[in-house]
Amino acid sequence: MKNIKYEKIVKTVKQLCIDSCYELPQDVLDAIKTAAKTETNPSAVSILNRLVENADIASSERIPLCQDTGLAVVFVDQGASVTIEPPADNPDATIADAINAGVEAGYTEGLLRKSVVAEPLNERKNTQTNTPSIIHHRMVPGDELSITVITKGGGCENKSQFKMFNPTDSKDVIAKWIVDVVTQAGANACPPFIVGVGLGGNFETSCLISKRALLRKIGTTNPDTFYADMETELAKTINASGLGPQGLGGDTTVLAVMIETAPCHIASLPVAVNIECHSHRHASATL
Amino acid sequence: MEVKRITTPLSDADVKCLKAGDEVLISGVLLTGRDQAHKRLCELIDAGKDLPVDLAGQVIYFVGPSPAREGKPIGAAGPTTSSRMDAFSPKLLANGLKGMIGKGYRGDEVRAALKENCAVHFATIGGAGALLSKQIIKAEVIAYEELGTEAIRKLEVVDFPATVAYDCYGKTVYNC
Repeated sequence: MKNIKYEKIVKTVKQLCIDSCYELPQDVLDAIKTAAKTETNPSAVSILNRLVENADIASSERIPLCQDTGLAVVFVDQGASVTIEPPADNPDATIADAINAGVEAGYTEGLLRKSVVAEPLNERKNTQTNTPSIIHHRMVPGDELSITVITKGGGCENKSQFKMFNPTDSKDVIAKWIVDVVTQAGANACPPFIVGVGLGGNFETSCLISKRALLRKIGTTNPDTFYADMETELAKTINASGLGPQGLGGDTTVLAVMIETAPCHIASLPVAVNIECHSHRHASATL
Repeated sequence: MEVKRITTPLSDADVKCLKAGDEVLISGVLLTGRDQAHKRLCELIDAGKDLPVDLAGQVIYFVGPSPAREGKPIGAAGPTTSSRMDAFSPKLLANGLKGMIGKGYRGDEVRAALKENCAVHFATIGGAGALLSKQIIKAEVIAYEELGTEAIRKLEVVDFPATVAYDCYGKTVYNC
């Protein structure tokens, strides 16, 4: 067994929230820089260069990359032999409590915008802590606790969509819908995007794996060549739309399309598209 | 392309010089406002009450900034999605507002209201909140402090970069 103290999780999550909002991951930065080199539209090149400059300023001058420092979405893989040791004064505290305490501390000490309201329709009162975070926890073999925080903005999440297809629908029909969802998101969702696609599962699994797809490094492909080819074809078609950075024209509408799949019911073919803006902020740690 | 320098508040003559696709550098005062502030301003207009800010000639920047670091006027301050303000903007334009800054598309009613009221909508770079914050030299909350990041602020900006996304002639920079 491996015992991890509650306080250590709080401290780790706090730092991940801060790092995520100030430091653009290297693979995202590299993808923007590469796009700036291949882009043929001069004003699109200028926008891409300014995104690189934005990342430099964020890191060096300690200003968040984007004012929308997001809802903290936390993916946790807990090794089966890992136990969490609660604080002495609160023996009932769980790993979820530790994560939320870390998110609150990270957003407060990191001067990050707190964007969570307690309920959606009535008063929409800000919780002032950016909690509760959204936690996706699963048990895995081993003795490690791995935590990834995505600080995902509202603008791109708003343009994400889900649809149930017929199990006999062709790859082309599904690809066309995915392309439409992404191009219709357009300027509102801050292109160039990273697009996570969830194929299969059921209603909720499809959406969850579309977000999990965003955890992959840009440049990696689905291990199944059928889906890897589909990723390449989707990216090519979407970039041929000419939407471009900020929707102002250009060849760079997506930096990556990443598909994750799951087994599904014989009657079903659920598809989810999770749109992520170019400010694809996430950070990970393993304890 | 030549970049146009403009100073707020804007007059009809200023607005008429701006064409969709023009790149501009804005200096002067911007008001901030997003969803909740827009809703409140429109409720006051509907009730025939005075507004907490004079909109005449003003430009509203759709932004909810992150907290300022000590010694700085503001934190990250990039645009939020403009279309969420579509239901409210025509009413504010009819009450003197001359310009808005956000990211993304505006609906047909807003485009018609821009024409009718000789006003303009600018787009600036979504997701470049650190870069854009450098053009803001002063910020103070002037209404709805309880809304936190969504409060109405008065910003002083120098050479704030934007593109004319929708002009007063019904034209847009977007292909839709």
